[in-house]
Amino acid sequence: MSPIIKLTNVCKSFGSLVVLDGLDMEVAQGEKVALIGPSGSGKSTVLRTIMTLETISGGEIEIDGEALWHMRRNGKLVAADEAHLRKMRSKVGMVFQQFNLFPHWSVLKNVVNPLRTVLGLSAQDARARAEELLALVGLKDKLNAYPGNLSGGQQQRVAIARALAMRPRIMLFDEVTSALDPELVGEVLNVLRLLAHEHDLTMIMVTHQMGFAREIADRVLFFEKGRIVEAGKPDKVFTNPDSDRTRAFLNAVLQG
Amino acid sequence: MIPFDFDYARSILPLLLEASLVTIAATVVSFAAALAGGLVLVLGMRAPFAAVRWPVWAVVQFIRSTPLLVQLYFLFFVLPGFGISLSPFVTGVAGMGIHYSCYIAEVYRAGLESVHKGQWEAATALNYRKSAAMVQIILPQAIPPIIPVLANYMIAMFKDTPILASITVIELMQTANIIASEKFLYVEPMTLVGLIFLAMSLVASACVRLLQGRLAR
Repeated sequence: MSPIIKLTNVCKSFGSLVVLDGLDMEVAQGEKVALIGPSGSGKSTVLRTIMTLETISGGEIEIDGEALWHMRRNGKLVAADEAHLRKMRSKVGMVFQQFNLFPHWSVLKNVVNPLRTVLGLSAQDARARAEELLALVGLKDKLNAYPGNLSGGQQQRVAIARALAMRPRIMLFDEVTSALDPELVGEVLNVLRLLAHEHDLTMIMVTHQMGFAREIADRVLFFEKGRIVEAGKPDKVFTNPDSDRTRAFLNAVLQG
Repeated sequence: MIPFDFDYARSILPLLLEASLVTIAATVVSFAAALAGGLVLVLGMRAPFAAVRWPVWAVVQFIRSTPLLVQLYFLFFVLPGFGISLSPFVTGVAGMGIHYSCYIAEVYRAGLESVHKGQWEAATALNYRKSAAMVQIILPQAIPPIIPVLANYMIAMFKDTPILASITVIELMQTANIIASEKFLYVEPMTLVGLIFLAMSLVASACVRLLQGRLAR
């Protein structure tokens, strides 16, 4: 089966700083992939380019067999326009480290408004879907609360519900527990565990939670300097990595 | 000591108060124009195309670097030569509206920049159109913090309205001028103009402080 995400020789630099250095990466549909590695290794940038929050300097990203940053027009490959990007974005959802809830809206409206505005759902349908997802993340009793009155863990669960409600085929999780107090990490990981059982949902997680990555990922990719240094089953990568760099990194984080 | 005739002052007060309605109308209309114009300008200055950004930036710099009085004279005495002839009031509020929209655009810009860029990113990830994200997500967060600054601009515009007398708008200042020149008595009309402005500015400032207190909560 062809991969749902395919990166070919992707390069990205910010000025003279090379963040992605000819990256090749494939993710199969329904696969749960964890990206690990030192900070600045380009893990988050991979997610951000797939979400079109960052452009790429070279190479190509394909989602569901279609080029992300290019499109065909009169048989020629041209730069993607906004309509193409919006079509591609509809397949992808993202959850951020800083939650990024809309603070001027209630929890319910945070989930309902994108359904109404972006997907054009009716008020009843949007509300029903929002309530269903907020129940899934355990926040049915917080519909009318505002983000500012929620704990970080609660905010992040709303953000997950909001992204899921759009029914993307791919979910990107960018260090979603890094901004949380330690005692709130568990509640968010529990939601991710729940999603990991969704057979069709493709999940890519940038994480520093090694135990969690090992538990739910089908595959772990170890990043360093904008490339994948090692890829494999979690048991293999975490217990008997091929690369010395992976071993050194794991030793450092697992001790810390 | 300069003599002050209270009876004379009392007799001209109704005329001046009536004229101050024109002053208030000019303030409200030109402020509304500046709010709308400022929004257009700031969106223009942040447009994705340099072909839009640069001309808008140039116009803003030009208007901010030339005096309001010159701009009003230009609109009032030069434009009719090109066949565009507007009433003094319309010319005046248009001139003040355009002039202040260039300052208010800067205020909007500060407001927009105060919104965390994660808000744009979340909106993009949820696949909002840019326009919908701006109207529904960014502006509702950008505007409340700048309301007190905008209100202060309104007070500044209010105090600038006497400049409209120079293009024959019969507002408070012009009315006082006309009254004064009849008998060549300036003390009473000008004192009253000052007091009327003072009273209205104080009330407006108090309202702004009240607003600030509410927004801070």
